[in-house]
Amino acid sequence: MSEKYIARSSAIASRLLGGEMMVMSATDSTFFTLNEVATAIWQAADGRTPLSQIVADKICREFEVDLKAASRDAEQFVEELSRHGILLVSDHPFEIASDSPTEAA
Amino acid sequence: MREQAITIEIGGHPILLRTKDDYFRQLVADRYAGFISSSQAASFEFDVDVLSTPPKPSDQDVLVERRGAIWRMQRGDFLAQWDSTRGRGHIQQTANPYSIDSVLRIVHSLILAREGGFLLHAASVIRNGHAFLFAGVSGAGKTTISRLAPGDATLLTDEISYVRRECGNYYACGTPFSGELQRSGENCAAPVRSLFFLEHGPENKIEPMSQPAALRRLLRNTLFFAEDEELVKRIFQAAGEFLDRVPAQGLTFLPDPRVWSMIQ
Repeated sequence: MSEKYIARSSAIASRLLGGEMMVMSATDSTFFTLNEVATAIWQAADGRTPLSQIVADKICREFEVDLKAASRDAEQFVEELSRHGILLVSDHPFEIASDSPTEAA
Repeated sequence: MREQAITIEIGGHPILLRTKDDYFRQLVADRYAGFISSSQAASFEFDVDVLSTPPKPSDQDVLVERRGAIWRMQRGDFLAQWDSTRGRGHIQQTANPYSIDSVLRIVHSLILAREGGFLLHAASVIRNGHAFLFAGVSGAGKTTISRLAPGDATLLTDEISYVRRECGNYYACGTPFSGELQRSGENCAAPVRSLFFLEHGPENKIEPMSQPAALRRLLRNTLFFAEDEELVKRIFQAAGEFLDRVPAQGLTFLPDPRVWSMIQ
């Protein structure tokens, strides 16, 4: 199976509040609240690190979850956010990582 | 006909309207009584063409678009353009208060967004030198809580609150935009002490609210008229920063004046 690379869209605004990442699409105002695991994937979505590596390093290790289950959940999460244009997905590393979205801690 | 100017100042932002139509000028003076400024030096100016028929007669909902610095606003009953860099614009409408009211709301929402403020579906009231905001959709109780306010309270609006940011602090300003009360708020301002999200319930109760929940509800009640990327980002940022400074809570209340004893 080919690798997937993910990058945050520049057409979003996001903010970490109370440990949850709030993400809003600037194109259609769709609003998402990410849980801790999804937030970890989101923050690691630099366009260069393969999704499989993000899952292994950021999810399995930090949240002590099984690789198979974590990979399946990560795939679903990425698919949903990419459907809304919030995450960009490619089978190659992004040449230029996504612009820093509006984000504040 | 001689061109005449009239300046409407809401939230410390004077907007000058130029028109040759005496009837429309008087209509504006009556509609915005209490918010008319004697100043002829406004940062924002519009030329108003008063038409005998609407520019685009239709049931079209409001549409706001930006091309560069130019905002274009239209609905069946008005057509307006505003250059946000120069602060100048042009409005076409018939002589009615509803069209100019809509244009002013849109323009103020754009002006506020670039300063880190916003317009909010909320009643606001000043008491003991502090402003309290009561946000909610139609039917949530904005007008009811305003009606129940004690005699020493000053009503800023029962419908659309004007939240302005200055030097990192937030102020609620009076507006002429009214709901069921059908009366303008007082033209004054005070620092915002608290934001309450209204619910009807079996008892008077204030409940804490998580910041993510508050942000979601705040954005749901914020007025923004354009699906413009830059604007959406600004409003999201403004809402988040507001919640860093102002506590937000849920307020369940009975239609009973005793609820005001809890609001401090």
